[in-house]
Amino acid sequence: MSKSLNLFAPAIGITALGLGLAYGLSSRQYGAQTIETLEIRVQQIEANAARASAEAQTAAEEAARLMSERDQFQQIATDAANASTSLTAPAPVVEGTYELGRAALGEELAAWDVDVLPDGRGLPEGRGDVYTGEEVFVEKCASCHGDFAEGVGNWPVLAGGFDTLADKDPVKTVGSYWPHLSTAWDYINRSMPFGEAGTLTPDETYAIVAYILYSNDLVDDDFELSHENFTEVEMYNSDGFVVDDRPELEYAQWRTEPCMANCKDTVEITMRATFLDVTPEGGGESVMNDATTGDGPVFSASDDTVATTATDETDGLDPTLIAAGEGAFRQCKSCHQVGENASNRTGPALNGMLGRTIGSVEGFRYSNVFQEANTAGEVWTPESLAAFLADPRGTMAGTKMTFRGVREEADIAALIAYLQSFED
Amino acid sequence: MDEFFKPSRRAFLRSGAAIAAGTVAGGAAAQGTPDPKITELQDWASYTGAGVDETPYGLPIKFESDVVRRNVEWLTASPISSINFTPIHALDGTITPQGCAFERHHSGAIELSKEDYRLMINGLVDRPLIFSYADLERFPRENHVYFCECAANTGMEWAGAQLNGAQFTHGMIHNMEYTGVPLRTLLREAGLEAAGDLSDKWVYVEGADASSNGRSIPMEKALDDVLVAFKANGEALRMEHGYPVRLVVPGWEGNMWVKWLRRVEVTDMAVQSREETSKYTDVYENGIARKWTWVMDAKSVITSPSPQMPITHGAGPLVISGLAWSGHGQITRVDVSKDGGITWETARLGKQGDTKALTRFYLDTEWDGSPMLLQSRAIDETGYVQPTKDQLREMRGENAVYHNNCIQTWFVNEEGIAENVEVS
Ligand code: HEC
Ligand code: HEC
Repeated sequence: MSKSLNLFAPAIGITALGLGLAYGLSSRQYGAQTIETLEIRVQQIEANAARASAEAQTAAEEAARLMSERDQFQQIATDAANASTSLTAPAPVVEGTYELGRAALGEELAAWDVDVLPDGRGLPEGRGDVYTGEEVFVEKCASCHGDFAEGVGNWPVLAGGFDTLADKDPVKTVGSYWPHLSTAWDYINRSMPFGEAGTLTPDETYAIVAYILYSNDLVDDDFELSHENFTEVEMYNSDGFVVDDRPELEYAQWRTEPCMANCKDTVEITMRATFLDVTPEGGGESVMNDATTGDGPVFSASDDTVATTATDETDGLDPTLIAAGEGAFRQCKSCHQVGENASNRTGPALNGMLGRTIGSVEGFRYSNVFQEANTAGEVWTPESLAAFLADPRGTMAGTKMTFRGVREEADIAALIAYLQSFED
Repeated sequence: MDEFFKPSRRAFLRSGAAIAAGTVAGGAAAQGTPDPKITELQDWASYTGAGVDETPYGLPIKFESDVVRRNVEWLTASPISSINFTPIHALDGTITPQGCAFERHHSGAIELSKEDYRLMINGLVDRPLIFSYADLERFPRENHVYFCECAANTGMEWAGAQLNGAQFTHGMIHNMEYTGVPLRTLLREAGLEAAGDLSDKWVYVEGADASSNGRSIPMEKALDDVLVAFKANGEALRMEHGYPVRLVVPGWEGNMWVKWLRRVEVTDMAVQSREETSKYTDVYENGIARKWTWVMDAKSVITSPSPQMPITHGAGPLVISGLAWSGHGQITRVDVSKDGGITWETARLGKQGDTKALTRFYLDTEWDGSPMLLQSRAIDETGYVQPTKDQLREMRGENAVYHNNCIQTWFVNEEGIAENVEVS
């Protein structure tokens, strides 16, 4: 959007003024017999000239606008085509339009443009209460969604599930999850009942939505929903959404040069496919897997044909990097010791950290999140350590390491090299 | 490893074993016994074959009849609102033939003829318009190859290794060459002056089927590379992919690629439709959900060997083959590990150049017959490195359904049998 999509800023061209002037001068050469008529003519001509000048200016402005719009679109087209290595040269962009298609009529717009916006725009007039809603719902919806919107079999549940969103299997219903009431009205009106979409009257839809709100304990049984009070209804989870924050949280971390060798000490199978044969030849249920994780082999870095093992690599570390790490380690010294005779303080002693199972220093009492990582067999790799040092609480939520994180990326690399130089 | 050979497992592998036996026979012939397929006159070398026109529209030869889309019945309530999977394990190259490209419908695939087709452009435009199918073919058109991935692809695997086969874990993807008109051309035809500043505007796109699947797309994307497509891989779209006209939204989740496109409305806010609130939002550990997670991040999977594609030839030359893609642009590198991520080798990429399209990769290697933990890791032009399952879980928890782009592991045992596993 940075490419100034406000393409329609008027460009008042010098051309416009020039055109107006030329018109005025040539008009005047028409002359007249008497001074009087001459004066009248001059007045008329001036008026004409002014009008023509204004018209010419508008025309020129319009032309300039169209041209700049055309150029902007051509640029977008070319950029898009180049970026995507199109199989065709970019489609040309003409000045003006192709004059294809026809004007949409009012009735046609009314028939198709029925979506409802979160602020209630698009709602037709109408009303319906919980009681009526129950009747309609039981008749038209309950066969799939249950009498109380609780869902039948595999069909969607429309009510309940409050306080489950943080669970492993969150129950996402109109009540527990949907942030806008307009969504329910709009979806039911256009897409339900399944197999008979588009047959509900506005009043029926208002009544059904009122009933679904009631089934979710969001309104009382005497509630009536209408286009007038629609936007007053508060949805339970209206604050439950954030706009995609992967760029800040994830991309920043995952745009790093990945490890190629000795990336882990050992690798074991921790879980095997639940369903072995998903679609058996003869049809029917998927076949479950009865193999267990213990059946698998263990892979270890030393088994590999790679020449250097983790400890050999230590010897190849850059001494200047280690020296820089020693300096950066000052911010850790209040809590950690490292080297010969290092003991546990506020934090554990940090010898032999790389390749070591997380939270495995003897005699140190780790936080729960560290103990979990330990049980899961997670190991400190340069990557995981870098992520942890950059943002301890972000990567290990609940850690006892109350340290804001290392700000400079260069310091992190240096610290890792420094720690790598201390064997267990 | 005896656990491995339960009867169900055997049944599943019978076809694989047969292929293996065939290969062995071929090998034996080379060691002295003449091969009757060569020494004896074969029917096909003597009798005539099928005449032209026997099948006016050709189908794959009968020997390939198992290379088909497959549905996992218990995943959804009804095949009308359901999903099936592309047999990516059995395909090569990058283009997905339409006939086996996955389907996802919310209320079934509809038969809509070109004659009955109408496309409305309305909302904040200067001239609300109706286009016929024939009108669309009169605008300048372009050809582009793009992948279309369902946001729920690999969604089953959040909680752990589940389905045994690349088709089931990664088959909600296809890659086609589209012919269509840039959406910006149509928007410009209707005129965007009425929309004023475009930087905070949206288009709401809607399909003609009963689900009336509708999604809001920011104007910046709508004017960038979105296509209104009517051909795929050179021929008309298939019914199940939106014949006669679908939207192509490169790099963004498949749900936005509205099929049977019937309306494009310029709006001043997101509609917050059911498909962008109740569905296609990602709940994280703390119960807060991310919305507008449109881009499909970089991802890859080894398609062979994989559970449905065991190694049947024993030790020796082995081609490890797979697919990589990124909604952010081009794939620049793919690394493959045979030991569960301890050591990585960079794979050979197929044709470079297409952005937001599938890239084929190969690792041409020697298999020594020992077990392998196969993984692939994609890197895209932004430097984003495909994360491990653990990295994703640490970041998002396990409640999410969509956008699982983790590194996949296949365990290949000494027999060449592959299984979906998770590793430490
Ligand atoms: C024949 C079964 C059936 C009937 C009858 C039916 N529905 Fe549905 N409903 C479904 C299915 C299937 C879906 C999911 C559709 C999809 O996958 O997009 C659904 C989805 C919904 C949803 C969205 C659920 C969510 O979590 O996103 C709502 C709300 C809903 N229906 C309301 C209704 C109402 C109100 C009626 C009656 C007017 C009704 N349904 C009748 C089958 C049915
Ligand atoms: C305020 C005290 C404090 C500071 C400062 C601090 N740490 Fe820690 N560190 C801890 C504690 C406490 C733990 C144990 C974490 C837990 O149990 O949650 C820990 C854990 C660690 C671990 C993991 C140890 C293991 O056994 O798994 C490493 C590595 C580490 N810190 C490195 C550093 C580095 C490098 C710095 C300086 C940049 C640093 N820490 C600064 C207190 C601190």
